[in-house]
Amino acid sequence: MTAPVRVPVPADLSGALGGGDALVRLEGVAKTYAARRGAAQVTALDGIDLSLRRGRVLGVIGRSGAGKSTLIRLVNGLERPSRGRVIVGDAEISALSESALRRERRGIGMIFQHFNLLSARTAAGNVALPMEVAGYDRAAIRARVAELLDLVGLGAQANRYPAELSGGQKQRVGIARALATNPKVLLSDEATSALDPETTHQILDLLGRINRELGLTILLITHEMSVIRAIAHEVAVLDGGRIADSGDVFDVFTRPQAPITRTFLDRETGRALPPVLAGRLRPGAGDDTGRPGDQAVLRITFRGPHATDPVVAHLARDAGIEAGILSGTVDEIAGRPFGTLVVGVPATAGTVARTEAFLRKRGLDVEVLGTLDAAPGDAHARAQAPAHAALPTPSGAPHVA
Amino acid sequence: MSPELLRLLALATGDTLRMVAIAAGLGTLFGLPLGVFLATSGRGELLAAPWLNRALGIVVNATRSTPFIILVVAIIPFTRLIAGTSIGTAAATVPLTVAATPFIARLVEGAVREVDAGLVEAARAFGASPFQIVAKVLIPEALPGIVLGLTLAVVSLIGFSAMVGAVGGGGLGDLGIRYGYQRFMPEMMVAVVAVLIVLVQAVQTLGDRLARRLNKRLRHG
Repeated sequence: MTAPVRVPVPADLSGALGGGDALVRLEGVAKTYAARRGAAQVTALDGIDLSLRRGRVLGVIGRSGAGKSTLIRLVNGLERPSRGRVIVGDAEISALSESALRRERRGIGMIFQHFNLLSARTAAGNVALPMEVAGYDRAAIRARVAELLDLVGLGAQANRYPAELSGGQKQRVGIARALATNPKVLLSDEATSALDPETTHQILDLLGRINRELGLTILLITHEMSVIRAIAHEVAVLDGGRIADSGDVFDVFTRPQAPITRTFLDRETGRALPPVLAGRLRPGAGDDTGRPGDQAVLRITFRGPHATDPVVAHLARDAGIEAGILSGTVDEIAGRPFGTLVVGVPATAGTVARTEAFLRKRGLDVEVLGTLDAAPGDAHARAQAPAHAALPTPSGAPHVA
Repeated sequence: MSPELLRLLALATGDTLRMVAIAAGLGTLFGLPLGVFLATSGRGELLAAPWLNRALGIVVNATRSTPFIILVVAIIPFTRLIAGTSIGTAAATVPLTVAATPFIARLVEGAVREVDAGLVEAARAFGASPFQIVAKVLIPEALPGIVLGLTLAVVSLIGFSAMVGAVGGGGLGDLGIRYGYQRFMPEMMVAVVAVLIVLVQAVQTLGDRLARRLNKRLRHG
């Protein structure tokens, strides 16, 4: 049996992010903060359309100041939109009174970067609090607290105070507390940003498990692509209060559209050039310079089944093009293999175009990044390259100039 | 010191303890909610009522800036209204309470403001009402600070109580002035001061210990 739907789903939105069975929807949402003494009006969010299907994990990524904190707080009504609607389940959050909102919030759990646990209560006491507030009876609270602490692996720490717990354990208490009132959606506000990499990994595993086993829908915000990669199904890239890029995680990771997405990816997926090369790269394909030794630098992206193709060998055998490997990785995103290879090919007449055509025909994505000039002693190269940059020898092994 | 003087000292100690206890009790009763309200009723805060907040702030400041001995005299009509008389130990608890309330309110306000705003946000996020946030989050989390503030208030009240001798309030301060100073009995003065030191020491130690036990933020074992 499905819950009665008070808010009709506009047909034109169902195809956006997620689709039909949307649990959380933001429609044309904007948030501006009124001008204060000495400060101009601030637009935190502008024209946000977002939808999150039941049982999915949506990650919103952005730099600090991109508006992601505001966005996640709109979902449980800690902030009210200046324009647009926020809908969770069958309730229009943005139109509710404070008291109605309090009831709805019991169906929306939230975890925080700094855990926000009460120092005066034990782990069990913290988990019990939302249920006390909601008026559960004592026996029910006791049983549920034990069950939740077991779920997050803290059964033995029930009577410890937060000050006696590690960061990871504190976040586990935070997760147990967020689940206490059986929410239909969990909001995660930079939940792993205060944790070390190993603990981050464990907490993300736990969130992923909760998503899979309890079918809990999760909306998370983060500034780290690795978090998105670890558990999100869908991603929205937030920049300057707008959604710059969005969609299925694999698609966005392998075919980034917005420049901001590329900068996030470059740090994460081995797409970035090694610094020694990046410092010397000259924009343009260099196809017409044609000086022997100049190399055009191409980035080849392998998606799914192509990820392990021996493409360099094919280039040499089938097209007679000698490509040197400059950097590369093969990785897995959202359970699907994905590779990046940066190669240099001779920047001579037609080679670049031929290489591109050859690779595209095989279903690979190719992007020309620029040109590396040949000889270290060359006057042209000296004018273009920073003096401190290390130059690769023709064999490909870099040495310091 | 003669048994008669010791008896006086014991009586005066009892008077002081009674005055301070009643004033501290009533002062907490009024000052705690007032302090919580001051801490939460500013613009955009949990129980936002900026105008009332400002008005109460002014009253609190006015009371606190009036020297205690002037306050005692200035509110004599009020004291008479409450206690039926303006002299004696019972009457003296009225100005003591009036002085203690805003003092305690400011200390409580400070302790409540120290509570991490993230906890309030978390409580709002799981659906707590403002009243529940005050009762289940702000006061329990501020409790160690509140206890330290109350300790400070009690110590100050012990000092204030020495002044109510001016309106026949009795107590240790009164004994010290009348016997120790006016009758030139230095041993009485020394005894009074010694008892006061012991009292203050005991109150401070107790308060510190209780605050430390309540504070779960720093645990060493």
